Amino acid sequence: MSREINEHTAGEDLLIKTSVRLMVPFIQLFGLYVIVHGHYSPGGGFQGGVILGAAFILLAIAFDLKISQKYMPVTVNALFCNLGACIFIGVGVLCALVGGLFLDYSALDRLLPLGEIEWHSFGIFLVELGVGFTVMSSMILLYWNLSSGGAMDEGL
Amino acid sequence: MIWQLDLMILTLVVICALVVINLKDLLGASVVFGIYSFLMCLLWAEMGAVDVAFTEATVGAGVSTIFFIAAILKTTRWSKD
Repeated sequence: MSREINEHTAGEDLLIKTSVRLMVPFIQLFGLYVIVHGHYSPGGGFQGGVILGAAFILLAIAFDLKISQKYMPVTVNALFCNLGACIFIGVGVLCALVGGLFLDYSALDRLLPLGEIEWHSFGIFLVELGVGFTVMSSMILLYWNLSSGGAMDEGL
Repeated sequence: MIWQLDLMILTLVVICALVVINLKDLLGASVVFGIYSFLMCLLWAEMGAVDVAFTEATVGAGVSTIFFIAAILKTTRWSKD
């Protein structure tokens, strides 16, 4: 992995490349932490999704748009965007289908009896996950389009 | 809530806003706008709205500054008026 990155961007600053390569996994881990702990601590799907997207934006700034598109291809990015929205709407509609209101998580207890309080916690976690996916891919797509003038071939 | 700290941060926020409006260099203005967002984040965290402060820190100070800089590098750096 590291040798491929060095071949693609020969002649750029070693310090920035190395530090970004070390930082990106920890930024992604922090983003996942913020999403997963969103329902009982500050943070949530939106903030965690922005942090996850910022990791890929950092990769695109420090290396190239091509490198960030290698680790997050355009089709996978679009898939994440739609998957997040589908998770959000799917959880809401599923709650309505099993007899509750839209996004009424306690109704999901009839589908899988875990307890109504547990479903309140787990349902908001699923919704936060969907929000996080959609926000992450939207932020990455915004940066790709802004920095390349809509062509999405080469960055700044 | 400490009102002296609130007043200090609010003064800095107003100064940053005035600097953003009056600066001719767009790159500098976007950087000062990032400082403005971070000061708003400090103000909200100090007032107890930690969730709003978190959103402001990630979106306002983090990603939107990057978006401004990416947009400015596709145009010219100095404002024409």
